[in-house]
Amino acid sequence: MSLSANDKATVKALWAKISPKAEDVGNEALSRMLYVYPQTKTYFSHWSDLTPGSAPVRKHGKKVIGGIGLAVEKIDDLFAGLLTLSELHAFQLRVDPANFRILSHNILVVLAMLFPDDFTPEANLAMDKFLARVALALSDKYR
Amino acid sequence: MVEWTEFERTTIQDIFSKMNYDVVGQQSLARCLIVYPWTQRYFGNFGNLYNAAAIMGNPMVAAHGRVVLHGLDKAVKNMDNIKAAYAELSVLHSEKLHVDPDNFRLLGDCLTVVVAAQLGAAFTPEVQAAFQKFLAVVISSLQRQYH
Repeated sequence: MSLSANDKATVKALWAKISPKAEDVGNEALSRMLYVYPQTKTYFSHWSDLTPGSAPVRKHGKKVIGGIGLAVEKIDDLFAGLLTLSELHAFQLRVDPANFRILSHNILVVLAMLFPDDFTPEANLAMDKFLARVALALSDKYR
Repeated sequence: MVEWTEFERTTIQDIFSKMNYDVVGQQSLARCLIVYPWTQRYFGNFGNLYNAAAIMGNPMVAAHGRVVLHGLDKAVKNMDNIKAAYAELSVLHSEKLHVDPDNFRLLGDCLTVVVAAQLGAAFTPEVQAAFQKFLAVVISSLQRQYH
């Protein structure tokens, strides 16, 4: 399900709107992922505090959303643009790719929550497709 | 049997007692047909579903959205035995409507997004967890009679 020119434009426009609150989006999405899907906590057993909004969660949410922001910049060539991140996830982090879909879902829920007027069905469609492509690019180096 | 905490029960009853079924039903089904266009396969007789605007304005989509959402009432009222309450609906979706059960998850995700937009900050992680657990039980019950 490749990204059309319209999809890319929609994603970029939506991202421009949400950028000021990017850290909040990252924190909320990661918090929800850990809380609603507790199996995802297994990747963070080294953190002191896995509760929603805790310091490690907030810090990591910022990192993750930064990665998504990078993906938006590299939207015209995600596989090349996310090569380093893919290698990181493949060889070091070894996150089961099923979890990318879980985090994506939570990002969409948070966007709906924080930007109800901007997160139209068309924006939902474009973001869903985009995050799926990001997940594909991130898992590219896995095997 | 599914174990529900007091918080989960209250949360579900609260969300549905305050819900505008007309709005949420229409928005959820329309969003599903737009975001996951292959779901349109089940609605060949709904007329114009050619683009997002057409889907959002389609009166049959709105009407059916309401029907689907009221279908959830059965689960809200029978939280302690959703499986039994949904046996007939499960047979219907399998034998008569021939709906691929994966679609239940897609519609469930769209419903979650719409409810999140409605509740805003009140859609806390705890509320989200309760809501998604409820939908998961409904979806599992709807799949139960498939063979």
